[in-house]
Amino acid sequence: MSLANISTTNTTSDVETFRGSSLELKSLTMAYGDVEVLRKVSLEVAPGTTTCIIGPSGSGKSTLLRGINRLHEPKSGDVLLAGESALAVKPDVLRRRIGMVFQHFNLFPDHTALENVALALWSVKGMSKSEARERAKRRLAEVGLAERADHRPRDLSGGQQQRVAIARALAMEPEVMLFDEATSALDPELVKGVLSLMAGLGSRGMTMVVVTHEMGFARRVADQVVFMDEGEVVEAGTPSAIFDNPQSARLQRFLSEVL
Amino acid sequence: MDWFNTIIRTFFDFNAMIEVLPQLLGVGLLNTLIISVAATVIGVVLGMVVAVMGISSSRWLRIPARIYTDLFRGLPAILTILLIGQGFARLSQSIFGPSPYPLGIVALSLIASAYIGEIFRAGIMSVDKGQAEACRALGMSYAKAMALVVVPQGVRRVLPALVNQFIAIVKDSSLVYFLGLLVSERELFRVGQDAAVLSGNLSPLVMAGIFYLVITVPLTHLVNYIDDRFRTGRRRATPPSSGLNELKELDAAQPLTAGSNK
Repeated sequence: MSLANISTTNTTSDVETFRGSSLELKSLTMAYGDVEVLRKVSLEVAPGTTTCIIGPSGSGKSTLLRGINRLHEPKSGDVLLAGESALAVKPDVLRRRIGMVFQHFNLFPDHTALENVALALWSVKGMSKSEARERAKRRLAEVGLAERADHRPRDLSGGQQQRVAIARALAMEPEVMLFDEATSALDPELVKGVLSLMAGLGSRGMTMVVVTHEMGFARRVADQVVFMDEGEVVEAGTPSAIFDNPQSARLQRFLSEVL
Repeated sequence: MDWFNTIIRTFFDFNAMIEVLPQLLGVGLLNTLIISVAATVIGVVLGMVVAVMGISSSRWLRIPARIYTDLFRGLPAILTILLIGQGFARLSQSIFGPSPYPLGIVALSLIASAYIGEIFRAGIMSVDKGQAEACRALGMSYAKAMALVVVPQGVRRVLPALVNQFIAIVKDSSLVYFLGLLVSERELFRVGQDAAVLSGNLSPLVMAGIFYLVITVPLTHLVNYIDDRFRTGRRRATPPSSGLNELKELDAAQPLTAGSNK
């Protein structure tokens, strides 16, 4: 299937725009055993906006993401997806509405790129296998991998693998996308491609929460930047407020180390 | 050279070996393979159940699996075979008839399933946690994630260990003779032993041994071959390439990346 086909058949629907939902964290507390790694974090993400979470390692950024889709169950507090409590529904149902992209891609090594994208479409969404493959093809084409549909992950570069992973998450038509250091494991020349893909999603209405060490991306793409340290939100605001006018000593210190 | 002749007559009595050959081929080999393959197939099915129970988060599944495994791995095979083969003889009679053959297979299967269960469990647990996480993040249930993604990867990884287990089962299948088999049900060892009584030397047993080796030795080498291939065979040298080539692909991703230069 060629790209020309896609843009003509889908001019108004899924390719062009996304309908991101709002997301709200209400004093979310998360713990591993007795150790609280996230303490009363509150956060509002408006529909279709991008929130970048920055902070030193161990500050609870990844844990926060995993609380949103309940890969790790929150200890207390609440997560509201489109205004409804995410803790009140079954995790499997919730996760169909939230896409996630991981640092190490987590592609299925014994599946081709196409099968990676199609698997959840038929096994979770209940599409027919041929329908799932069609949708998967389109999604792969969108991330520039139409030619690589039959490659297995080990025959793809890190950048290509991460783009397959993004296509895999997008194919489920999520309302929110979570990115957990999606470019941290990539070779430097491949980072930009994945970041511009992510930026493209944001500009097309996807609600995104992005844990990243790419300060340039956060400054350029984010509607909101959140600085976390020691399991708490220390500062949150617009990119210029965070990067040009940091208030707290910890954020100033962090920025002096990474910029 | 007296001792040399004695050795030849005891172990390599050519006539005795030729004489037992048809029976080894037609009866012994066939039964050894039937018993071993059946025990392996049942063992794989039961072993998978035990493995999945063993990695469950529920202790009510985990503990029984643990006990089962400890029991059948911890007992000598001969003891298990005798206990089951004689202990359940009456029950077996009402189901399978008078032959102890099916019970022998059942006993071997139970022993095999304990070992195979541990092999599967190790394989499944060696699969990167990110695989299950990616599945869960896509909305798959635990059962689907296991069945479609995690278990197949784990099983592929332990194929060499499974072949090793089959070799062990082939050898252990000789123990079934303790249950007393009908003439037509005798496996390699029993055929050899019966013939040895008639010939008055050990040559038929040597011949039976050769049959075992013909099954097991090629399999051992198959294991090494699979192992080698899985570990190193994948990487072939490729000419130098450039990650920059990949950037062109992104031009094809216009629908998503366009408009990102805000």
